Amino acid sequence: MVITNDAQVNELSLLEKNVKKERRKLLVKRFVSNKTLVTGTAMLVFLTLFSFAGPLISQFSPLDIDPANRLQGPTAEHWFGTDNFGRDLFSRVASGAQVSMGVGLSVAVLTAIIGMVIGLYAAYYSILDHVLMRFSDALMAFPDILLAIAIMAVLGPQPVNVVIAVTLAKIPVVARIVRSSALVIKEQTYIEAMRAQGASSWRIIWRHILPNTVSPLIVQVTYVFAIAIILEAALSFLGAGVPAPDPSWGNILFDGKIVIYNAWWMTVFPGAFIVLAVLALNLFGDGLRDLLDPHSNKAIKE
Amino acid sequence: MKAYIIKRLLSMIPVLLIVAMFVFFLIHMIPGDPAAVMLGPEATPEEVAALRDNMGLNLPIYEQFFNWFTDVARGNLGDSLYMNVPVMDAFVSHLGPTLSLALLAQGFSILIAIPIGVLAARKRGTGVDRTFMIIAMLGMSIPSFLLALLLMLVFGVRLNWLPVAGYSSLAEGVWQHVKFLILPAISLGAIQAAVIARMTRSSMIDILSMNFIKTAKAKGLKQKVVIYKHAFRNALIPILTILGETFGALITGAVVTETVFNLPGLGQLVINAITRRDYAVIQGTILMIAVTYLFLNLIIDLLYGLVDPRVRLSRK
Repeated sequence: MVITNDAQVNELSLLEKNVKKERRKLLVKRFVSNKTLVTGTAMLVFLTLFSFAGPLISQFSPLDIDPANRLQGPTAEHWFGTDNFGRDLFSRVASGAQVSMGVGLSVAVLTAIIGMVIGLYAAYYSILDHVLMRFSDALMAFPDILLAIAIMAVLGPQPVNVVIAVTLAKIPVVARIVRSSALVIKEQTYIEAMRAQGASSWRIIWRHILPNTVSPLIVQVTYVFAIAIILEAALSFLGAGVPAPDPSWGNILFDGKIVIYNAWWMTVFPGAFIVLAVLALNLFGDGLRDLLDPHSNKAIKE
Repeated sequence: MKAYIIKRLLSMIPVLLIVAMFVFFLIHMIPGDPAAVMLGPEATPEEVAALRDNMGLNLPIYEQFFNWFTDVARGNLGDSLYMNVPVMDAFVSHLGPTLSLALLAQGFSILIAIPIGVLAARKRGTGVDRTFMIIAMLGMSIPSFLLALLLMLVFGVRLNWLPVAGYSSLAEGVWQHVKFLILPAISLGAIQAAVIARMTRSSMIDILSMNFIKTAKAKGLKQKVVIYKHAFRNALIPILTILGETFGALITGAVVTETVFNLPGLGQLVINAITRRDYAVIQGTILMIAVTYLFLNLIIDLLYGLVDPRVRLSRK
């Protein structure tokens, strides 16, 4: 049918709008019906709010030392109690959330970008693939925390260095995920057709292969986010991560270990938030995977 | 099969080389003069110069790498600056607790995870299944060192049932040895158990829906025989993969968990080395662990080829 008048054009654009609207509705419906994703999202929203609003509603600074009130249990004044320097634990856990989740988010974003570039180009150029994959085999031979510990030992305990160390440890995992889905796409007929038409490799990689690798990438990066939070906590707990006096969930646990006989709250509260954050991200990732890939078996993670 | 083994062995060479290079260059990532950093601020310029000379830092970089690499290939990982012993000796003397801990944790996790996984798969979709999977999800979200702290708080500090710190070698009696490792092994094995239980469940669900299981049931075989002899044996391959792959996670976890319980294992060796800036120890330890991990994966890969002809054919 040839479109000849304005009325038909209007009708067509209206139809298009409706289709878009329906699609959006469907997406919202699928999101809401995905309990895992909704739970994960709700927990993440809560944690974000907590990390930003927590320090504001608390009347204490996370850094103010008050030796007279050291190691007080939870009270109406100090909701989570005080630490071994008399600092308010609630505001420390809340601003620690900014540090810990900030490190996690930075690692997630960096590994996503770098892993994506490496994965895409490795999949496209097979010579590069051989070289890059041997490098990633080698990096993956180091257990992630040991690699991070070694890098921290060399670079020194700083939040930025935690991000560098953990990112380096996690890039191979992300690159491999992108590479394996890009390898499948690369063999599709439409890519061959594009090449035959003379499309540049840049265009093929970024406009046609990339969009098809995004779903598994996002899901994987969510898990990396969770692992980064664990690694930051572990590094800081070992004294090789975020240095005192700035709070992070890990270094609060480090302080708490020394006084574990007297002050359970210094272990339980930051610990609970680590579990909450990791659980939220794991649920979010699982839910996202089911949402993005309707064929995936809901029961299987790996 | 022979071609497969040779190919797999050859592919190890570049990986080992890159691992070695990475460990070697670690020292050169230190901002400033490594010798000065290692000796600390009180060192005199003469001492720094002497150490630079001793470490061969004045040689061209490729020569340094070559010297270091030939030493390492002969099993000489250098000397610990602080402890004044060869790094290899320090490594071997700290290996025991870590190995005991990792093995106990692995045993514990297999013992609880596989029955739970099989049960959850058989009762798929029921309350039992859901409860176990929620527990598994929680287990996966608790870092082992955190679980260690919590267990320590409950069983060590509150109930006072088990020691919270210390170690006794196997030579001093099995119970003495195990007593100190129970809490560490549970905290290390829990996350492992969660992963294995999930894997067992999904792998069993896959197998149970296959036609040969229907046939076995139709033949009138007993439920037990179908589940354990037919289904479980086939579900075992992906489970074994996970066991192999998570060895790295186990050692990783052991390193951190050890420091919680003050076990004198590899973790303590590395952590102490960091505070003492004893870089030779850090390099040697992570090199040894990485190489062990690579060879373990190699063995597992070769075992598959042996067990499952599909693997060795598809990887040609």
